Amino acid sequence: MIRSGTLILNVTARLLLPLQLLFSVFLLLRGHDEPGGGFIAGLVGAGAFVLYLFAYGRASLHAMLKVTPQDLVGAGLLLGICSTLPAWWYGEPFFTAHWWTVPIIGFKASTTLIFDIGVYLTVLGSVLTAITSLVRTDQEEHRDSAEEVPWNR
Amino acid sequence: MQLAVLGGFVVAGMAPLLHRWFGARTPMLMALLPASLTLWLLWQWPTIIAGNVLLLEWAWVPGLDITLTFLIDGLAWLFAMLISVIGALVLVYSGDYLRGHQDLPRFLVVITAFMMSMLGLVLADNLVTLFVFWELTSITSYLLIGFNHTDLAARKAALQGLIVTAGGGLALLAGFVMLAVAGGSWSLSELITQGEVLREHSLYTALLICVLIGAFTKSAQFPFHFWLPNAMAAPTPVSAYLHSATMVKAGIYLLARLHPALGGTDTWVISLSLVGALTMATGAFLAIQHTHIKKMLAYSTIMALGTLTMLLGIGTQGALVAFVVFLLAHSLYKGALFMVAGILDHATGTKDVTAMGGLRHAMPLTAAAACIAALSLAGLPPLLGFVGKELMFESVLEASHYQGVILILAFIAAFLTLAVAVIVALRPFFGPRRETPKTPHEAPPAMLIAPVLLAELSLLLGLVPALLDGLVAAVVTGISLGEVRGVKLSLWHGINLPLLLSLASLAAGVLVFRYWHALRARLARLEPIMARGPEAGYEALMRGLVNVAEWQTRLLQNGYIRNYLVMTLLVFLGLVGHALVFRHSPNIALSIDVYFHEAVAAGLMVSGAIVACVMRSRLAAVAALGVMGFSIALTFVLFSAPDLAITQLLVETLTVILLVLVLFRSPRFADLSTPVERLRDLVVAVLTGGLTTLLMLAVLNGERLPRISDYMVANSQPLGHGHNIVNVILVDFRALDTLGEMFVLALAAMGVYAMLRFHVVDYDARHPPTPRENTDD
Repeated sequence: MIRSGTLILNVTARLLLPLQLLFSVFLLLRGHDEPGGGFIAGLVGAGAFVLYLFAYGRASLHAMLKVTPQDLVGAGLLLGICSTLPAWWYGEPFFTAHWWTVPIIGFKASTTLIFDIGVYLTVLGSVLTAITSLVRTDQEEHRDSAEEVPWNR
Repeated sequence: MQLAVLGGFVVAGMAPLLHRWFGARTPMLMALLPASLTLWLLWQWPTIIAGNVLLLEWAWVPGLDITLTFLIDGLAWLFAMLISVIGALVLVYSGDYLRGHQDLPRFLVVITAFMMSMLGLVLADNLVTLFVFWELTSITSYLLIGFNHTDLAARKAALQGLIVTAGGGLALLAGFVMLAVAGGSWSLSELITQGEVLREHSLYTALLICVLIGAFTKSAQFPFHFWLPNAMAAPTPVSAYLHSATMVKAGIYLLARLHPALGGTDTWVISLSLVGALTMATGAFLAIQHTHIKKMLAYSTIMALGTLTMLLGIGTQGALVAFVVFLLAHSLYKGALFMVAGILDHATGTKDVTAMGGLRHAMPLTAAAACIAALSLAGLPPLLGFVGKELMFESVLEASHYQGVILILAFIAAFLTLAVAVIVALRPFFGPRRETPKTPHEAPPAMLIAPVLLAELSLLLGLVPALLDGLVAAVVTGISLGEVRGVKLSLWHGINLPLLLSLASLAAGVLVFRYWHALRARLARLEPIMARGPEAGYEALMRGLVNVAEWQTRLLQNGYIRNYLVMTLLVFLGLVGHALVFRHSPNIALSIDVYFHEAVAAGLMVSGAIVACVMRSRLAAVAALGVMGFSIALTFVLFSAPDLAITQLLVETLTVILLVLVLFRSPRFADLSTPVERLRDLVVAVLTGGLTTLLMLAVLNGERLPRISDYMVANSQPLGHGHNIVNVILVDFRALDTLGEMFVLALAAMGVYAMLRFHVVDYDARHPPTPRENTDD
């Protein structure tokens, strides 16, 4: 159902993907002080990959991502949990935030940032899981047209 | 200690990795974890014996009164010691029992996780923490019983165990909440000092019933005992560990722990001693009907668990001393016997005791360990089991309620157990040699070390029970209601009534053994009555559950999204409408004061909604919904909420993409609903919209509660180090909520994935389809 290989879409997707991803990381990192944050950034990132998916199909997306979207979800949840460990280590209440300043560049690193990255990955992974499951590539379409598929009844 | 327990879970997760590096030596390596815990506990021994209580404090969620504080007194020490020692032995044993099994890493993961959950359970000072570990033991036990997951019976037994224990867990949770409300604390160490308050409290009976259901299901008390024998589908190391020494004793542990807080009342004494005595007799009675060695052991475990419950019910100092000794004796001999059963199964290829005989020449060490353990089970001198049984008879004679009934049941249990001990552990080794499927051979050292060590401990402690004086006194002080006077254990109590009872049960037991076959033939005639036991009740309950589920699925979830919506909205209407009208009597004042651009945004929204309703093309309807969504985003911008606006825009974009993808798969547009149905939908929609509007107006005009956002605005920078309040709330102030939402999102994604990728084209029960391979990976 998706005609991959349309010239304009392909070129645009290729050009936009890095920009969109860059923008999503930008949103993620600045989220604590300016509009943005893990949830929004995750949605922007998902948008970027969805565009690529429409242009090149699921197989190419998978080849580029190297991991399945479900792995992203798992990694996100794991990061979310891991961000609670420092507080636990110091014997403080669950989810107490910890802050460190990275020397030289003066960047504020914190457990909340780790948690936000976890949110980012979970959102990205969940949206991509849903969309890639819904998209069937031309190849599958072709194969399925031979057999009866229940939802076409 | 907390680090050790939680670190243990990490070690459990690393088991597959360790297995890749160290291969067959991994179980030995992992046994170092419980072994080092044993050493640590031994190091604490002097403190415990002196009657001190170690309180290792650790905050967790102080805002909700949940701590990870560990409480180590005599009782916790004894249980932790049993868990660590038998845990280490079981790991060593399973290394050989499951040698070369492809799922050995998985086994190691789950059994180590179980071990840590169990330790957490007996050490936790906080009710919530205890409950978390309690449920973890149920889940890990489910995975261990169903270890041979290709076997239908194993899966069924695992599910049954889970449903019974987790169902009891629900009751327990309710009991804990009431306990905390009545006692005013979530901390066990504080609750056990609140005994008088708790026993007088109006919630006492209700909370006691709930706690008892939790403990009885976990510890397989009558009438919940049926899951335990079925759980014997698990590999033998699991049975030796979970179903004799540890998990099934969790309920007993809880009862003992709460004895000072809840015990001593007539309700407690009568229910525990009667249920315990009944369980005891039932277990022993069912044990002699079987020939499957593991099932016989399982039923005798039920007998032992019943004894322990009964002793806690009687609750005098003598009974509590008997409780501790019996508990220890049972863990030692039953662990050993289960491991012997595993060795016999390995060596001969059968689990039927009637098929084995004369094995003592082929496997002398196993035979020796089995004999010692069996004599302890039978309660014969000079084993620890004898000391336990004497003390048990003594305390039954002290029982204040229903003494006669309990005594008779205890006597029946004692002589039947003696017969079981002889059948299980002596029969395979003595008598004429029988042919078995495999040629028997002595077990490898790694499998022998555990039963031999446990059996020897039974013997040593039986000969010199005074070694236990300090520990027993420490435990009894912790769980007793009143003052504890000096505790002295000895093997020989002189000629008294308990000894005479022991002798009588010995004679009766030998008679049962002698005429076992004839007796079983008689008992087989009772089969039709037995078939109506509690297990049949469980089956009927499960069938009923499935029927109700089917009925409500047909009614409420019939696959048409409009029906889901109507149901959801009607429930919303009913509940919110009721609360709004009858509880709050809304005070609604309408003041129309809008700017032109706000009116434009609102107009766009309304027209988008109307167009979406009347369009006959789906794509156009989606576009119209998009217009509505974007105007909502516009509204957020107008009211300066940029984060919300961005989120709304992105969600709207992705929703349109998802909808388009779904619409491609939908059947052609058709009128499925009749005009009447559409009228109904219209009414529901209008009512919902109207109610929501009313609700908004009521909230805006109602009595002003202090606004939480003021706090957030004021503290976002000083406490959260961030200027974006929305983000600070999401990742810091309300991070726990966000974490929960992340899991919800992940689950939803997995649901979509499972639904769309693993669809079953044509289900045929006789040939279940294999999931279709993904083409892309």
